[in-house]
Amino acid sequence: MTTKINISINGFPVKIEKGKTILEAAKEEGITIPTLCYHKDLCVAGNCRVCVVEVAGQRRLSAACATPCDEGMEILTNSLKVRNSRKHIIELLLAEHNADCTKCYRNGNCELQELASEYKIMTQDFIELVPLKTYSIDMYSPSIIKDDSKCIRCQRCVRTCAELQGVNALTVAHKGNKMKITTFFEKHMRDVVCTNCGQCVNHCPTGALVEKNYIEEVWEAIANPNKHVVVQTAPAVRVGLGEELGLEPGTRVTGKMVAALKRLGFDSVLDTDFTADLTIVEEGTELLTRLKRALVDKDETVSLPMATSCSPGWIKYIEHMFPEYLDNLSTCKSPQQMFGALAKTYYAKARNIEPDKIVSVSIMPCTAKKFEAFRPEMHDSGYRDVDYVLTTRELAILIKQAGLDFDKIEPVKYDRLMGDSTGAGVIFGATGGVMEAALRTAYEIITGREVPFKNLNIEPVRGMEGVREATIKIENPVKEWAFLDGVELKCAVAHGLVNAKKVMEAIKSGKANYHFIEFMACPGGCLGGGGQPIPTNAEIRQRRAEAIYAEDRDLPIRKSHENPEVIKLYKDFLIEPLGAKSHHLLHTKYTKRNRY
Amino acid sequence: MTNSHQLKRVDFIFRNENDWEKVLSSTLKRKPAELINELISSELKGRGGAGFPTGLKWKLTSEEKSEEKTIICNADEGEPGTFKDREILSKVPCKVLTAMAVCGHVIGAKKGFIYLRGEYKYLEPELKKAIDEFEYYCKEIDFDFSISIFMGSGAYICGEETALLESMEGRRGEPRNKPPFPSQHGYLGKPTVVNNVETLVHAFTIFKYGAKKFYDLGVQYSRGTKLFSVSGDTPKPGIYELELGMSLQDFVYEFGDGDTKAVQVGGASGFLVPRKKFKDAAIGFKGKLTGISLPTGGSMMLFNSSRSMFNVLDNYLEFFSEESCGQCTPCRVGCQQLLLGIKAVKRGDKPAVYLDKLMRLTETMQLTAKCGLGQSVANSFSSIVENFREEMIY
Repeated sequence: MTTKINISINGFPVKIEKGKTILEAAKEEGITIPTLCYHKDLCVAGNCRVCVVEVAGQRRLSAACATPCDEGMEILTNSLKVRNSRKHIIELLLAEHNADCTKCYRNGNCELQELASEYKIMTQDFIELVPLKTYSIDMYSPSIIKDDSKCIRCQRCVRTCAELQGVNALTVAHKGNKMKITTFFEKHMRDVVCTNCGQCVNHCPTGALVEKNYIEEVWEAIANPNKHVVVQTAPAVRVGLGEELGLEPGTRVTGKMVAALKRLGFDSVLDTDFTADLTIVEEGTELLTRLKRALVDKDETVSLPMATSCSPGWIKYIEHMFPEYLDNLSTCKSPQQMFGALAKTYYAKARNIEPDKIVSVSIMPCTAKKFEAFRPEMHDSGYRDVDYVLTTRELAILIKQAGLDFDKIEPVKYDRLMGDSTGAGVIFGATGGVMEAALRTAYEIITGREVPFKNLNIEPVRGMEGVREATIKIENPVKEWAFLDGVELKCAVAHGLVNAKKVMEAIKSGKANYHFIEFMACPGGCLGGGGQPIPTNAEIRQRRAEAIYAEDRDLPIRKSHENPEVIKLYKDFLIEPLGAKSHHLLHTKYTKRNRY
Repeated sequence: MTNSHQLKRVDFIFRNENDWEKVLSSTLKRKPAELINELISSELKGRGGAGFPTGLKWKLTSEEKSEEKTIICNADEGEPGTFKDREILSKVPCKVLTAMAVCGHVIGAKKGFIYLRGEYKYLEPELKKAIDEFEYYCKEIDFDFSISIFMGSGAYICGEETALLESMEGRRGEPRNKPPFPSQHGYLGKPTVVNNVETLVHAFTIFKYGAKKFYDLGVQYSRGTKLFSVSGDTPKPGIYELELGMSLQDFVYEFGDGDTKAVQVGGASGFLVPRKKFKDAAIGFKGKLTGISLPTGGSMMLFNSSRSMFNVLDNYLEFFSEESCGQCTPCRVGCQQLLLGIKAVKRGDKPAVYLDKLMRLTETMQLTAKCGLGQSVANSFSSIVENFREEMIY
């Protein structure tokens, strides 16, 4: 039972739930109070002061985001006093902000710009602060560009990095007129613990933090007649892209996206889901091998639990924060990098194209993937395996630049050879998806039967709980895996690095006893990635997750090891999982990194 | 107040009878409710500048249900022109410690902290000695209470109680949203009383002599005495304990150099009163006093006619531009705009009417800043520009 209290908003009496803030109460009544430092994902800061409202009996204005409603409260959200103050605050922010909007990457999707337009700030009377200070743009990271001149000090990035990710790469330094958002000793983003996850980019209201874009490079490659440009699309992109193009969150646009990519001029439009399935076969085999070595051979050097390695944000995090556990990571490359390595070997050979003529582009919901593609280890094809990584947002820009009417595009299917996907590959885009896909395959390898869950939906690993656990008991395995009879396979899923940290600390203290753990750097998994449309919040992540599981449900094949192209790949090229070729092309190693 | 030109000097605070042990042991025998009533009836208000009724603060905190509570003595004396807490802590530290222990007894706290201003580091050894002696005595009388010193790092904003708490918890000194107030959700999320050094000394006086003796001093709404840090163009700078409610006229008569042009009451975040308003201004908390009432943390800066009010204001704004924590927009950007604005007007880059725009900005800053300091940083601007507009322009 929730108690209701009586308040009035702009003279109209309303009943609202006790404990709600003025901002929430007004929202329920259909009144939007402008905000900047407020974000649904984050704790309340109350520092931009744009959301101030008048409360009867109080001389000063109150921040609507930070003030809980009290019985009898009389609130004015749009009085003259409120309007004048709000306008002043917007003007102050604009005076401090590099308002060179036409040259800004976030032009058209900037919360400050929107407010300035709403309040019709037509002149700038205050003295502009930007020309009086020196700013440097940090563009040394392959993933993220940080431009302090556009920062409005709302600290959303700082809270994101601390609360969602537990990384604290970004922090506030100095005070007063020198106050700024920066890193440890003001080093470049590439030189600190930043995992490149891009959650700060996704939560930034302005253009102060943006992804490093490779739009022009990709256009150039497409225009070059001597290049064969292949593009792969990650699972989470198909449930996010629509938002950037005016569709509701959770709209599935797979076929339209493929059609659009073809119209943009990509020579071959393929699916990262294919290598997601391949990852499951490799990683599943790796897990079973480790289990066998541990349980049968009693090999004490085997590192368990085994952790997934698909999320490059997570990889960089563990390299910085828990380097003593690098052996616990699966040696499998991420699906993007497996794809890249195969594109310039297997695909090149099959299509009879010189690998140096292939430009490999990937569309990812992720900014960390940009860094991943840059890693020196990722050149196993003899070339750079993945040349350019674009985010979901960048793909939307390509589509808009090409003038494509997304509404009118007829959906088509992916091209063949590395374009086949299963439901298991698709759910890689949601937290728990890799685990579910792995279990679908591993259980069947061990027992010869399908996982004992209705419609193959392994519900215990689904959902948005930060850390989830599941135990699957193995009964009546096939002869080869008889040693696993009666073993309870203990699994865990963590998403958002702050939750990854919890699991890692539990392992470190000996409290956790898992066999297999899925880690995803971003809240909600890839569908909530740093390269996904802005805004992203819990509600939107939920909608995208529903779309992912619907996509899985509707696919005819839903188990990775049944992907016909994967079967063909092993037959024609790789020979066997964890074989010599696999080792060379699909597996990698990790590096210990500093902790600042 | 009459034109008697008489200020009532009082000597409670620095009178050192060395009887804190007696006061402590006898006060601890009294019931918390009784002590709260004593404080409430004395009408003691916080001496840091904001003037929240001390008795009520203790009462609210005592009513919170929590295993752990804390009493913090705010010795982050950072307001320009204030130097009284330093004297208290070096001359009569045990009075402060006693009042902290009594507060602990009243609210149910076993732990006290002194948040000592970074620049007062040199006081630490002596203060530590006093604390050792004090804790030894507490043990002797079987009273479970300990006090630690927490060193500040020189940020002005940490004098604001919630920024102080953030700083103590190891975070950046930035004010919190209120509510919740420290009495509910203070140090480490537990109910906490944060009192100014001087407030605690007055509490000691009240527990020793009774509320009446304190209440009888001062005027309605502003009872008791106050320590004033007198500086500037005065022949006798120093610290004086005076009765509250005096008129500024009387004050200037006593402390001025015969050529006083204006007095800045309450430090850089306080108000400037020009000569023509001395008569109407009384030093005390807002109430039904006629004329202007000026609350103060105790800083009284006198300026004679050789001083440029532009330079004075420029100096204050320079200070606030640097010392704003930088968290909220109105204070962070507002202070910079005020500073750059007066310079631009002086240079002629902006027209004189730009001062009016800035005056409206000060209103917004007062209305919307997140903390008490942010709300008051523009006070000096508005009072100086209002009274000495011509000095800003020409």
